[in-house]
Amino acid sequence: MLNNEILREFLLETHENLALLDSDLITLEKNPTEKNTLAQVFRTLHSVKGTAGFMGLVKLESVAHSAESLLSKLRAGEMRFNPTIATAMLQVVDAIREMLASIEASGEEGTGDYSALTAEVDRLREAGENEAPTVPSPAPAQVVEQRVAEQPVVEHPAGAAPIAPQPSVVPVMAPPPPPVAAHSPAETIVIPPPETATETKAANVADSNIRVDVGLLDKLMTLVGELVLARNQILQYSASHEDDAFLGAVQRLNLLTTELQASVMKTRMQPIGNVLNKFPRIVRDLALACGKKVRFEMDGQDTELDKTLIEAIRDPLTHIVRNAIDHGIEPPETRKSRGKPEEGRLRMVAYHEGGKVIIEISDDGGGIDEARVRDKALSAKLVSPEVAAGMSRQELLRLIFLPGFSTADRVTQFSGRGVGMDVVRTNIERIGGAVDIESPPGQGTTIRTKIPLTLAIIPALIIVSGGQRYAIPQVSLLELVRLDPQQALRGIERIQGAPVYRLRGTLLPMVFLDEQLQLAVTRGATDDLNIIVLQADDRPFGLIVDAIRDTEEIVVKPLQQQLKGISVFAGAAIMGDGRVALVLDVLGLAQRASVIPGLKSRAVGERERPAAPAESAGQTLLLFAPSAGGQMAMPLSLVARLEEFPRSSLENLGARQVVQYRGEILPLVDVSRELASLGGHACATKRHEDDASDTVSVVVYAAGEQRAGLIVDRILDIVHDQVATRARANRPGVLFTAIVQEKVTEFIDVAALVRAATTDLLQATT
Amino acid sequence: MTDSHQYCTFYLGDQCFGLDVLRVQEIVRYQPLTLVPLAHPMIRGLINLRGQIVTAIDLRERLGLPPRLEELEPVNVVVQTDEGAVSLLVDEIGDVLEVTEEQFERPPETLQGTARDLIQGVYKLADRLLVILEPEQVLSLPTART
Repeated sequence: MLNNEILREFLLETHENLALLDSDLITLEKNPTEKNTLAQVFRTLHSVKGTAGFMGLVKLESVAHSAESLLSKLRAGEMRFNPTIATAMLQVVDAIREMLASIEASGEEGTGDYSALTAEVDRLREAGENEAPTVPSPAPAQVVEQRVAEQPVVEHPAGAAPIAPQPSVVPVMAPPPPPVAAHSPAETIVIPPPETATETKAANVADSNIRVDVGLLDKLMTLVGELVLARNQILQYSASHEDDAFLGAVQRLNLLTTELQASVMKTRMQPIGNVLNKFPRIVRDLALACGKKVRFEMDGQDTELDKTLIEAIRDPLTHIVRNAIDHGIEPPETRKSRGKPEEGRLRMVAYHEGGKVIIEISDDGGGIDEARVRDKALSAKLVSPEVAAGMSRQELLRLIFLPGFSTADRVTQFSGRGVGMDVVRTNIERIGGAVDIESPPGQGTTIRTKIPLTLAIIPALIIVSGGQRYAIPQVSLLELVRLDPQQALRGIERIQGAPVYRLRGTLLPMVFLDEQLQLAVTRGATDDLNIIVLQADDRPFGLIVDAIRDTEEIVVKPLQQQLKGISVFAGAAIMGDGRVALVLDVLGLAQRASVIPGLKSRAVGERERPAAPAESAGQTLLLFAPSAGGQMAMPLSLVARLEEFPRSSLENLGARQVVQYRGEILPLVDVSRELASLGGHACATKRHEDDASDTVSVVVYAAGEQRAGLIVDRILDIVHDQVATRARANRPGVLFTAIVQEKVTEFIDVAALVRAATTDLLQATT
Repeated sequence: MTDSHQYCTFYLGDQCFGLDVLRVQEIVRYQPLTLVPLAHPMIRGLINLRGQIVTAIDLRERLGLPPRLEELEPVNVVVQTDEGAVSLLVDEIGDVLEVTEEQFERPPETLQGTARDLIQGVYKLADRLLVILEPEQVLSLPTART
């Protein structure tokens, strides 16, 4: 019955307005006399009410109506804005949001009951009415207006008084000036009702703006990307010509394209305020919930950033803010005893620097205690004691970015669950950004994130390996090293077969690209050796390639579904000559080459390589007992979390058990059963069905995007062990057996196990 | 004519194959391929189709036929999918043929192996057989490892 087009417009517009409402209400809470803001809030709710009424959305209309009535009292100055009103109004905003979401999903307002909320709002209004007489602020503006309207002549002498000397100077002219003089002072008092002014301004803004579908902008961006490439081709071609007219035209084309590219990029730019404006509300709610007092300051909301990036930074920033309030800023009493103001300060600043956007979030809380960080990291076995002992304060602080790290002594609703800053860092790095931390002892913490302006066009280094060209994004590039054949012979040393190079005294692990990509080796012993020093996850490594070409601006395009599984490629790009080149994913490459821990690529057609003995020597292991008995081990690096789920929360999805975990479906793999079925015989579970425990121990395994839960009987221990004695495995799914803690232990091949067990699920999702 | 279909036909060796003409976006002559290391052996590489990067699947490899002679340049049959275009590399391109339902027959039971799932059926033309491929099946690559 509703006109869809109008409804969509309405939803779109109201969503935008609601975001403004949040921040406006917070402003009002701090500064109750802010007339313009109040007027703005009033207008928004008024238009929501109006449109809702027009479309027959009764509930929405009534909620908006009661809020509007309350606001009109406030606007008339009969009541003052206070925190109670702010809370009620924010609840109104939430209620409206809820209804909008429901309307968007189903076309109905939903079943929510908001009568309690409207009653509360009405009560506040009536309370205000009753105390109204005691508030002596009965709209002074109106009085002035009346006086002017009724008695301009009476006002006249008073208004003329200040300019009395003037008429005496030019007496002849005396009759005309007085009325003018009388009017102008009166008008200056009456005319500026703030709404009129802002309303005309708003109308102008609406006139000079149009809504454009983001898909269209994306398409435009792609086309411009192509145009840039075509321009590059023509430029290359024109270099071999001497026709002046042609060269002139090419020159113009070049300039125009560059300008067009810049302008189109601009259309996708949005002020970062679109994200930041949500934070006053988040901070307020969090501070209330944590029992802390926080003053929130923002700066640089106008800083512009590509739209896709704006969306990508929302979650990481929220996380940082949560941490700052929950862990950073101390409770008021503690602050008082430390001689700080009770109210903590949280500051969020965004600005441009060197072609990047910097966002700093700083608090004046207790700062980070590096000793505590070290202890936590040690107890979580994230670093070895020897390494930790040699770390500087800054290096210790950076440990908080490691997966599985949490300093919170207690788990709160908001943070401290061990998934934290590592996720922030991964998310920021995924968009080519970087995070760093600064925390002078006792003086609060500053988290600084650096984000590129856009993702669409990136500079890349073009290299050749095995006769094919590849592009490497410049962001992960540290330096280039070239060794002549003699140097190469001496320079590359081997530790147990693993090649390394001494770069200014530090050992740099070497990775041969052709080897990793299983290409035919075309490098001769007499060629120069080209080393590209790259950085993956803070760890530098050298990539050996056949030749280094040029740097080029490329537009990275995702690979199609058939090639998605290959983690060493981030995408593909069309080069200046029109051919396609693959873009290397430095992180994926490093993982594949075991420079950084992670799952070996799941690429189809790749040789299965059992874990080399050298890798597993002296690693940290998780020991567990599978349901069929015995002791098994897996590298702790593959473990994301250890969880216990109530048995009742397990659900069945086809033949597979799954559990809802952090808003996702986590496939479960019973280790014993899966090993048995890999071996081709039925599972000899010794688990008694009348098992008294009603919880299930699950090892959450994560590698790249893939997650799975391994069901085990119980977790035994985490050990750091040199696995000395080892014997060949006697069944599939087991890498080898060894003796750990004086017990025969099977080292399971987690990746293979999970892959075997979840193939059906994976196929369903890809 | 309710029961007539149009098929875009092409050859692998002597065998004539057909794909629903509505699924075929265009035919492109041989394009230089960018190889994708570590990819499935059926994927021959990537081509640049007017700014779009398209994956090229070797149909010979997909159907389990012997590899194409080196000197033969394959032709791209570009097929539309939900995830963009994909190219199938074939030996030679034929005509668009209109056939009727009476000429159709299910594949014979003797046809076994990988090819069976990929074939919808056969049209008996006057001078030859036209084998109709199932586009979804052809384009979804089997997982090599189990």
